Amino acid sequence: MRFIFKTRYEQDIVLAKHGGHVFWYSLLLLVLVAAPWLFSEYWLAQLTFVLIYSIVGLGLMLLAGYTGQFSLGHAAFLGVGAYAHAALTNAGVPFVIALAAAAAISAFVGVIVSVPALRLKGIYLGIATLAFGFIVEEVFARWERVTGGNAGMHIKAPDLFGWKLDTATSFYGLCLVLTVLATLAILNLLRSPTGRAFVAIRDSEISAQSMGIHLARFKTLSFAISAALAGVGGALYAHKLQFISPDQFSILQSIELLLMVVIGGLGSVHGVFLGAIFLITMPQVIALGKDVLPAAIGQAPGLQGLVYGLVLIGFVLFEPLGLYGRWLKMRTWFQIFPFYRRGLFRRQKAFQKSDRLK
Amino acid sequence: MTTTSPLLSVRDLSVRFGGVRAVEGVSFDVRRGEVFTLIGPNGAGKTTVFNLISRIYTPTGGSIVFDGEPLLAHAPHEIAQLGIARTFQNIELFEHATVLQNLLIGRHTHRETGVWSQLFFTGRTRAAEVRAREKVERVIDLLELQHHRESLVAGLPYGVRKVVELARALCTEPKLLLLDEPSSGLNVEETDDMAFWIQDIVHELGITVLMVEHDMTLVSRVSDRVLAMNQGEMLALGTPAEVQRHPGVIEAYLGTSEDVSALRRKAA
Repeated sequence: MRFIFKTRYEQDIVLAKHGGHVFWYSLLLLVLVAAPWLFSEYWLAQLTFVLIYSIVGLGLMLLAGYTGQFSLGHAAFLGVGAYAHAALTNAGVPFVIALAAAAAISAFVGVIVSVPALRLKGIYLGIATLAFGFIVEEVFARWERVTGGNAGMHIKAPDLFGWKLDTATSFYGLCLVLTVLATLAILNLLRSPTGRAFVAIRDSEISAQSMGIHLARFKTLSFAISAALAGVGGALYAHKLQFISPDQFSILQSIELLLMVVIGGLGSVHGVFLGAIFLITMPQVIALGKDVLPAAIGQAPGLQGLVYGLVLIGFVLFEPLGLYGRWLKMRTWFQIFPFYRRGLFRRQKAFQKSDRLK
Repeated sequence: MTTTSPLLSVRDLSVRFGGVRAVEGVSFDVRRGEVFTLIGPNGAGKTTVFNLISRIYTPTGGSIVFDGEPLLAHAPHEIAQLGIARTFQNIELFEHATVLQNLLIGRHTHRETGVWSQLFFTGRTRAAEVRAREKVERVIDLLELQHHRESLVAGLPYGVRKVVELARALCTEPKLLLLDEPSSGLNVEETDDMAFWIQDIVHELGITVLMVEHDMTLVSRVSDRVLAMNQGEMLALGTPAEVQRHPGVIEAYLGTSEDVSALRRKAA
């Protein structure tokens, strides 16, 4: 076990708490930077998708995992970012400005959604965001002058100050830089008053309010930041696929995004990345399974949906803390070997919850 | 405002929920630096008065003035900013956060930087975080929470949660502290500690305390004045001893002597 001797408050504030953090995260970054030379083109493309989904996941984690506001229509923000960026880029707007505008437009839409969302909680918020997702998908299909309707639209490769990012490697580099920036921004937010206000709203609104937290303002802020990150992710997604159409931003996409943060582990930034890796590798695993399984099961339509559903149910029942929770348990097992016991991570039954006012 | 004026002044406060008169015509002043206690049987409207002061409910009549400021003109989240902090009867902590995070949330109204500064964690935000931590550590020292600093609230025993909630309220640096049944669920020793802390808070930190409490030993030990309520109305106001002797209070808690003698006759 590692014991950290703390002598300054800054030690609780810095992101890397000890040498182990510095070492492992440096190594991870090194591997990610060297990835284009380490992995084949196919795996590099998969890794790029993991990074893009991570950016979107960071936003959704902030909203669902830290502010407690579940969005069943998050693909809509992804779509708004993708279409805004595609439309602006094709109109000749420089890449950086188009990306910032995509994030801003998406954030603005997030603010609009949060207005009715402020009055809703739990399942009702889920229904409202679900409806919002359908509306936006419909707008993509009908607003043909801008979006090209159901025929979809193509998007040019990003042009960074005259440097065309049209190779897989250069685009991967762009995604990596943006992912690192987004992660740092979220981590910074979570260790400052705003992030704590989000957590307060998640755990007890009544108490958050009595601590002076303006519920409406902070929920709106959480929606805006979350939507902005989804917008950035959407812009990169559009570039990666080079073609977008409304059906890419359907309810299924929304559910996959939610699946990512739930399976990764609600309330942990690590969980975002584990969830994104899960989401990208799962279809490959299922594809491999198709060959092994008997044809009646392996070739049946909807196999992927079935597997996702089973995995989700499994996690909710057996590992509510998600993949990151599982990892914490394994790490603890090794750290305190042979003293691990089963009840170590079991939460005590919450003492009587007060009858919630309102 | 002169220092002799009351810190909190409640006038003719009433609230109705449908046909139920939860609070009716309640008036009292809380003087600066005193411990003012509301007592009364269950359903007397004590917690409702608290919820009216913290603006969770809106009164149907009357006024509340805090430090010269009419409270009814403010939204619920502005109450903390004005200098009123509270605890809840059944503990409302942020369960999935550590004790330290809970207390830092108490510093919310004192935050110094905006979202953009926090996104980049600028030097200003870093310095503000250290300052907030220093303030929080003072409260941790006062209430002896050092051992629990890094623990998740969800795993803490009831008695400690109660103290954490008090600590979180103190972190807001209030002028007026509302304590809703600070001793409920505590054992004798913990109640004793709580009484000491309430006295410390009043005498050393100069915070005025308004509390709801059932434990009469604690009430008479720490309170300067007591207001007894029954069925939403005021019964008696005075020192703990005066209120305890008041016939109306005895009646509310135990029934009238006629009732008792009538019961005796029946039993005989």
